[in-house]
Amino acid sequence: MAIDWTAFTPWSAFAGGAIIGIAAAMFALVNGRIAGISGIVGGLLRPTRADAGWRAAFIAGLVAAPIVYGVFARLPPIVVDGGYPLLIAAGLLVGVGTRFGAGCTSGHGVCGLSRASPRSLVATLAFMAAAFVTVFVTRHVVAG
Amino acid sequence: MYALFAFVAGLVFGIGLIVSQMASPAKVIGFLDVAGRWDPSLAFVMCGAIAVAAIGFALAGRRPTTLLGTPFLLPTTRIIDARLVGGALLFGIGWGLGGFCPGPAFVALGAGQVKAFVFVAAMLAGMLAFERIEAARTRLATAAPQATVPTSE
Repeated sequence: MAIDWTAFTPWSAFAGGAIIGIAAAMFALVNGRIAGISGIVGGLLRPTRADAGWRAAFIAGLVAAPIVYGVFARLPPIVVDGGYPLLIAAGLLVGVGTRFGAGCTSGHGVCGLSRASPRSLVATLAFMAAAFVTVFVTRHVVAG
Repeated sequence: MYALFAFVAGLVFGIGLIVSQMASPAKVIGFLDVAGRWDPSLAFVMCGAIAVAAIGFALAGRRPTTLLGTPFLLPTTRIIDARLVGGALLFGIGWGLGGFCPGPAFVALGAGQVKAFVFVAAMLAGMLAFERIEAARTRLATAAPQATVPTSE
């Protein structure tokens, strides 16, 4: 294992993580809900849309974040290496997978682990393992 | 009021994703690529997020209602089954392929990334497919209550 020290940004990572934690804590204390992005989006696609307002508002907040951030500081680069077919396959898998698995990095990874939920721990270990293996295969087996 | 606070939570969440650089798929894949030149940064994102969120959930657990006076709607399910693990595995494969999970994809969309738009469209299609599968399973279960309906549970 070789650590990429030039790319390593522990302080901004920790600070950004703490801000994510503040958002999750706020959403739990004020709205009484889990800040799980896949669940919030998925709920908008259900036949009953009674609570569409706050769901759409949360997503709008996420989308507005880079615009608001850009007012105060320069936006860090967002680099997407994958091509369109790969991103479509990835999107489909993320969409189906997060709904069957009832959560993603935010719902299970951040909120679930913060609440010491065994269910979220199992889900997080499963998706992390699958992601590590996938990147190993695409970067070192298929790409050679 | 409820929706306004949801907007603020989403906004703060998104700013956290930007500051931590988790909104950039290349950064995420750098973390997932343990066999290459590994960037452990994202482990620090999780640590920071969990350290702060855990305090929030502990405080929430001591209150009868939310700060707005509404009831708490936190998940109570404790079932660990094939559905949970299978879904998480599929999600992990998709996350490893593109470097996008749902939150960062919406942030990158807001930053004007066309690729994020395509990813989000595919993700919504995947979520709709889930709703269709669920609806079909419910129909099968109600139409033939005697028959054994194949389920993942």
